[in-house]
This record gives sequence, structure tokens and C-alpha cells, in this order.
Amino acid sequence: MKNRTHPWILSLSLRKPRMILLFAACIAVIPASVIFGQQPDRSAPPRLGPPGTLSLPAIQNFNLSNGLPVILMEKHGVPIVQVNLLVKTGAAMDPDNKNGLASLTSAMLDEGAGTRSALELADAIDFLGARISTGAGQHTSVVGLHTPVSKLDDALPLMADIAVRPTFPQEELDRLRKERLTMLVQWHDQPGTIASLAFSRMLFGSRHPYGTPISGNEQSLRSFRIADLKRFHETYYNPNNATLIVVGDVDRAEIQKKLEAVYGTWKGRTTASVNWPDVLQVEQRVVYLVNKPGAAQSEIRIGRIGVSRMTPDYFSILVMNTILGGSFTSRLNQNLREQHGYSYGAGSFFDMRPLPGPFMAYSAVQTNVTDSALAEFFNEFRRIQKPIPDEEFERAKNYLALSYPDNFESVGQIAGMLADMVTYSLPENYFNTYVDKVLAVDNEAVQRAAGEYVVPEKLVIVVVGDLEKIEKSVRGLNLGKVEVRSVEDVLGKPPKL
Amino acid sequence: MKRILLACLLPWVILTAQERQLNVAYERMELSNGLTIILHEDHTIPRVSVNVWYHVGSAREKPGRTGFAHLFEHIMFEGSGNVPEGKFDEWLEAAGADNNGSTTTDRTNYYENLPSNALELALFLESDRMGYLLNAMSPEKVDGQRDVVKNERRQRYENQPYGMVWIVMAKNLFPEDHPYSWPTIGSMADLSAASYEDVVEFFKTYYVPNNASLVIAGDIDAERVKGFAEKWFGGIPAGKPVEPVDPPAASLSAEKRLYMEDRVQLPRLYMAWLTPGLYQPGDAEMDILANVLAGGKNSRLYKRLVYEMQIAQDVTAFQSSSSLSSSFWIVATARAGHTLQELEGVIQEEIDRVKLENPSTREVQRAVNQFEASFLNGLETSARKADQLNSYFVHTGNPDYFNEDLSRYKAISAADIRAMTRTYLRDNERVVLSIVPQGKKELAAEKSNEVKP
Repeated sequence: MKNRTHPWILSLSLRKPRMILLFAACIAVIPASVIFGQQPDRSAPPRLGPPGTLSLPAIQNFNLSNGLPVILMEKHGVPIVQVNLLVKTGAAMDPDNKNGLASLTSAMLDEGAGTRSALELADAIDFLGARISTGAGQHTSVVGLHTPVSKLDDALPLMADIAVRPTFPQEELDRLRKERLTMLVQWHDQPGTIASLAFSRMLFGSRHPYGTPISGNEQSLRSFRIADLKRFHETYYNPNNATLIVVGDVDRAEIQKKLEAVYGTWKGRTTASVNWPDVLQVEQRVVYLVNKPGAAQSEIRIGRIGVSRMTPDYFSILVMNTILGGSFTSRLNQNLREQHGYSYGAGSFFDMRPLPGPFMAYSAVQTNVTDSALAEFFNEFRRIQKPIPDEEFERAKNYLALSYPDNFESVGQIAGMLADMVTYSLPENYFNTYVDKVLAVDNEAVQRAAGEYVVPEKLVIVVVGDLEKIEKSVRGLNLGKVEVRSVEDVLGKPPKL
Repeated sequence: MKRILLACLLPWVILTAQERQLNVAYERMELSNGLTIILHEDHTIPRVSVNVWYHVGSAREKPGRTGFAHLFEHIMFEGSGNVPEGKFDEWLEAAGADNNGSTTTDRTNYYENLPSNALELALFLESDRMGYLLNAMSPEKVDGQRDVVKNERRQRYENQPYGMVWIVMAKNLFPEDHPYSWPTIGSMADLSAASYEDVVEFFKTYYVPNNASLVIAGDIDAERVKGFAEKWFGGIPAGKPVEPVDPPAASLSAEKRLYMEDRVQLPRLYMAWLTPGLYQPGDAEMDILANVLAGGKNSRLYKRLVYEMQIAQDVTAFQSSSSLSSSFWIVATARAGHTLQELEGVIQEEIDRVKLENPSTREVQRAVNQFEASFLNGLETSARKADQLNSYFVHTGNPDYFNEDLSRYKAISAADIRAMTRTYLRDNERVVLSIVPQGKKELAAEKSNEVKP
């Protein structure tokens, strides 16, 4: 059906911004009884029965004849299926001076593959009503197929062509290069993008993959040749460096045969590895003010280097961050939005990756209260170090635990959960043990997590706003050393085409 | 893991190969106070979606109070007679629920997605604010959300590149007395003027059970939930009947050519026409036309402007459907070194071409196939089904309008697309708005007059 809340629609206003949530028992009591013809008791919220159990279909594992592993979850009901080829290499493997290679390689996959041109491929896929997407993150690249089951037989060979037999036409590279250089120009308009890019750079430096944009910079984008893309594809898109994830209305015997037919003969082997540069943790407070004259708000990013997804502290961090800035009732959002009205929303997250990614708190605040808003961020960073009141602590844990089934409703969501399992080598009973692990977190563990990962004295602060109006008062906070930057210091000059 | 798949195989989507019928089974009841309740069972996961539509949006606002319907939506979360301020969200999060609301020109919706054991909590909260909001209302609460909404406006409109377009375009597409001529977010001055008394009046007029519909979809036992609904909502008194919004039909009698400066690097062209309202004849044709023009690499405008000539960074087209009238948009961003006049020339050629000869059967079928697939995707989550059941009920009287809706698209021929394009995309009844970087009015489409936000 048509989504009537089109992103372009002129009239939709949401009460809450899209929060950047990391995602998400209950005390079982007597079920409420129904009494007709009588006013209900409103003196307290209704008592709730025990939560239901999420019953997931089994995770099935098998290999194709070339060794390519397949993870399958049969989910019957709506006749659609998601097939993701997860390649375990992403932008973090971009060579020096070649930032953007993983991303551009993945973007080029559907610009010509097998015997079809870019336009022929797009026409064939669109005609099926299927979607094939390609993309690269820091540590993975994905070719994803989402299709009605009735079109799977036609769509799978197209997907395999795109993943395995891209042709990398020169004219398509030239076109995408121009598109990306123009995107770099457009970033100069976007205060939120500028703030996030500046924050990553200040945290990780321009030589670390986490400090540079995945999509590439002007110098690297101008330098790419077809040979670079072909080499990256040959090196990393191989059956021993990939996993197929299938979720949807298919059964094991049938899908195995179909996958074997299109992926079973895929050959190649990945042997490369790389050492990433060490990063230096933030050891003092530094404030970077980026001038955006005329800005109606100040975009704020505050944080430091966080922690790897493999950390044993994962669940205590999750609970701690839910309280700090990971939910609507979190302290940052309640403080900046509900108590003070400085902002439409505020929050925080830990981006946990194979290597430690950022911990970041964020908001966009009204220009004339930028200093007060910054002060409130630091009030919350200090307050989270203290023991959490019981009710608030239980609420955060229950929120995480009880909302967990929400991640398993659509085939795309489930495929994403299974991809995390592969990327971070999570045990197969991970989904089953998640709730217990959340509920096992105690208040002391949350305090330890706050102490170790939210260090108020050692944070990078980035503010993008109208410095004429905010610089003096922000300096007056004496947060630490203040450095002033221009948008061009952060993004470089807009590329000339 | 090896758990048994429980009652997940209920035939809530009946799809047979021969008929390709979509049916979303539901039950409907109406309480004596006029509240319509629609129930749909789907036991895929142990969650449920509660979705309330109040049939009021910014189209009901009075002069000098633009943005009020949306501001009111915010206030609905600040507590009610038996729900202290802050507890609405706290209780829901403690139960594992997410919730939100949104306002359009035509309706305001509220939803909770929560574990099925917590259904009654959502019903308690929704019924408490439907029945007893004013018991806990105060001028301070209005002030608090006024600040939040003003920051929403700054964040989503004023501090966004091209962000003021939506406000300027609405004003120029619709006559001043038409309720779609002002933006749902409202003006800063009107937000400042909104008062506690306005809240009281708006609530008493529009937030009455006979002006609302409630969908409960997901892991429920429909029979049991009927009892819950009666228990929590049955005692709320009905309000006066709410008259339909009935403004004079909007039309444009000339082409308006405007330009506006913005803090942007690249100029962007917006062309818009008034088109048939949601589900009216012509509405689905406009959706298909949008796809023929700018959906995918082979669409006419994308292929020429972005793929072949490479003078545009992007181009999109869409039918923005609303109850009283829709609008059809074409939006394209020029690359450096190119003017919006060049873009407009190519767009005009392609519009003329659709008016002159039917699009190919494959182009139309390709678009229809994409819509058909998107119907299946919409059946995946209870939240989307709940909102769609409510939308279909409000607009057509039939919550399970899925099949009829899809049939609209499947019935469209290439000749229909040409005919509707000739009828609605007239050169002398449209708004052509150029957004240009500051001091660069020479990049605008020609013969444009300056407009200020």
C-alpha cells in the first residue's frame, strides 16, 4: 500500500524526532478482569499479566557446495523474502588515500552486471517489484534482495549477477564520481552532517577509517580507477568472506536448491588482512566551535571513544545509556526537551563496532540557549555517575527487555539481527539469552559503565552554530580549550566540477 | 534456537495464486458514545499496536492559530486526569512500549506498540486522555510544549536547507481561505499566541469519541479485547457531532513563477499542481505518473536529467495525497554550472510527451508491479496494518480496503495516464518555485518573482 506519510509530504509533524536508539521482566501479577457496565478503576494503571513469549522459527545453517554459509529463518505468512549477501569487509579496509573505495565498489555493483547494462538491470528489477540494494558500512558490505516470493526465481539470478559478476563500466564510474563530488558540495548546507563529520574527525583523526566519511573525500574520489574497484571486489567479495542470510516465506529444501543454482559455482578466496592505526583516547576536554552564520539552532555533539561490540560490559552499557539518552524518558531528553524546552530532542548512543566506535551525546538546540544546553549535558554526565533510583533503573531494563521482540517482526529486521550475529560472532542462543542478560544487570554495573565510558572531564565537544551569537557565552562556560573552525576546515572547499 | 512456532499461521493474509486477493480480517464495533473500534488478530510476535485517529488536523485551525492541532497533539502526552505529568511515557517504557503521534492537515494519530500483556495499559492511557485531559491541564504545560514545538520548527524547517519550501509552496498552491494554505507546523507568531483557553475549546470540540476511531491490531483475543474497549472507553460521554470540513474547491487560475533565496550551494526547482484528493478518481493515476517520470533509473526524468545529461543531482516526483485536495510535485536539483531554466526545459518536454502519446505498456506495468509489491510489505507489521486500517476506515468507511486500493492501480492503462496528465498537469495552473543560493537569482527559472519565507 502507499505510505501516505511520504517523507516529502508538506504537512506531517511528529511529536518526537526519530531518536537514535540502540534498541531495546516484567513483574508478573494477576491478570485484570473485565467488568461490564461499571466505571473502571483509574486510581492506578492496570496491573498487567505476564508477558508472552517470543517464539522464533529455528535458525537453520547449511553451506552451499562452494562452502558459502547460509543462515535461514523460515517465516511464513506474508509471501515475501529477504536475501542478504553479507560480505565481511567494509570501509575500514579502504587503503590509505583511497577512502570511499568499499562504498564506491558497492555502489557500482548494480551499474552493470552479467550481460546487462545499468539501465537493463534496473528495468528488470523494477518490473518484478523487487528491490536490490547495495551498500557498505565500516566492516561489512551488503547486497540485499527484498522480493515477493512469486518473483524470487527471476530476482535471484539478477542479485547473483550484481554480487558476483559486476562489470564496472567506465562511464558509470565517471557518473557516480560526479554524483559523489556534488554530494560533498551539498554537505556544506547541512549543519547536522557537518557536526557529525567534525565529531568523528576530532575523535579518530583523519588517518583512521572511523574518522573519515565512508563515501570518500574529494582527493580519493578523483583518484579512483576501474582497476581499484575490480581489485577490491576480487579481493573481498568471495565465498569464504561472505554469508547468505535468508528470511521469509520459503522452505529449506527449495531455497537451498535455488541458492545453489546461482551461488554454488562462485569461486575465489579472501586472504588479505590489515592493521588499523591505533587511536588515542580523549584525555582532556576540547571544544570545537564551527561557524555557521545565520543558523537557527546549534548542533551539538559530545563524546569520546567508546568500546568494541565484543565488550563484556555490553549489557551494562546498554542499560546505562538507556537511562542517559537512549529512550524518550532518558535524562538528556527529559532535561533538554521537557524541562527546559531548549530542543526538540536530545539523546546519546554507543556505536559499538569490532573496534571501539564513538560514544556520542547529541542535540540541536535553540541558538540563544546554547551555553545553558551545554551546561545541562554536563550536569547529566555527572549525575549518571551516581546510583540510579530503583524505579528508573527497573524501567530502563524492562524497556530494553520487553521491547526486544519488536526487532523480529519484518523479514528485513530479522535479517539485520542475524547479520549482527555473524558480524560480531554472537552465540546462536544469543536471542534467547538477551532478556536474561539485560535483567541481570545491577545498579553497580551501571555505575561502573558510567564511570568508565562517560568521563565528563575527558570529552570532545563539537558545536556547529552562529558563532557571533554563541561563541562568547560558550567560552564563558570554561569547559576546556576552545578551538574555532570554519565549515571549510571541516569539509574542505566545495569541490569544483 | 528450536522453539515451536505457535499460533503464527492464522490466515490473516489470504493470498491465493489465482485470485491474488488481499484480505485483512477485522472485526468492527461502535460504542454507544460513537467511538468506532476495529480489531485485527495477528499472532506473529507477542506484540500489539494501539492506533487512535482523531478526525482533526491543521485544516480545522482558526485564523491566527496555525500550528495549533499539532501543538495540541504534543500536549496530549503531558498527562491527564489520572496520569500525572511524565507518567504517560514512563509507564509505557516500563512495559516495553514505544509510542508517538503525528499531525497532518486532516487527522491526528496516536499509537502505542507494546507487548500484548500490556494492552490494557495503552487502553487506560488513551481513554484517560480522551476523557479526562482537561482535569490535568494548565497554562504551564501549554508553555512547555510551545517551546518544544518552536524548536521542532527550527530543526525541521528553518535550519534545514530548502526547509522553508513546504511553507511557501502551501501558501501559493492554495487560496488564502483554504485550510491547506498554511503549514501544519504553524507560524512562530501563532504558536506564541496559542492559549490555554484554545486548548479547552479544541478538546471539547474535536477530541470526542464520536470524532475518533481506535484500531487494535496484533497478538490479541478479539472477544476479550471488546470487553476491555467497553470498559475503558464506554463511559466517556459523546460530544456534539463534528461537521465535515467543507471549503470551496481550490484551483489555480494561472502559472505562478517564484524564486526564493536560501543558504544552499545548489539551486533546486519545485513544480507543483493541484490534483484529486486521496482515493478520488485520478489519485492513483498520479502515483503511477510519478513513477513513470521519476521512479528508478529508467524513469523519463531521471534517465534524461541525472543519467544521460547529468545536469541534475537528483529528481523526484510524487503525489502528496490528502482528503480535500492533493498536489503533484516534481523536484530537481541542478548540478554546479547549470540553471533551473535548463532543468525546467527538459521537464516540460517530458510532461508534453506524456500528454501527446501514451506511455509504453511496460512503463505502466513496471510501476503497477512496484505498487503491488509494496502492498505486501505493508502487511508485515501490526503497526503499519493498524494505521492503514484506520486510514481506510476514515476515508472509505471500509477498514479492509486493501484489495480495492490495489485494484485502483491494477486497472490503470497507459491511456489513463495520458488523459489524467492532460487534465491535471496544465502549464497555466501550477506553481514553479526556484530555490537559489543567496545572490544567485540568475540561476532561477526565467520570469520568476522573488518570494520571502
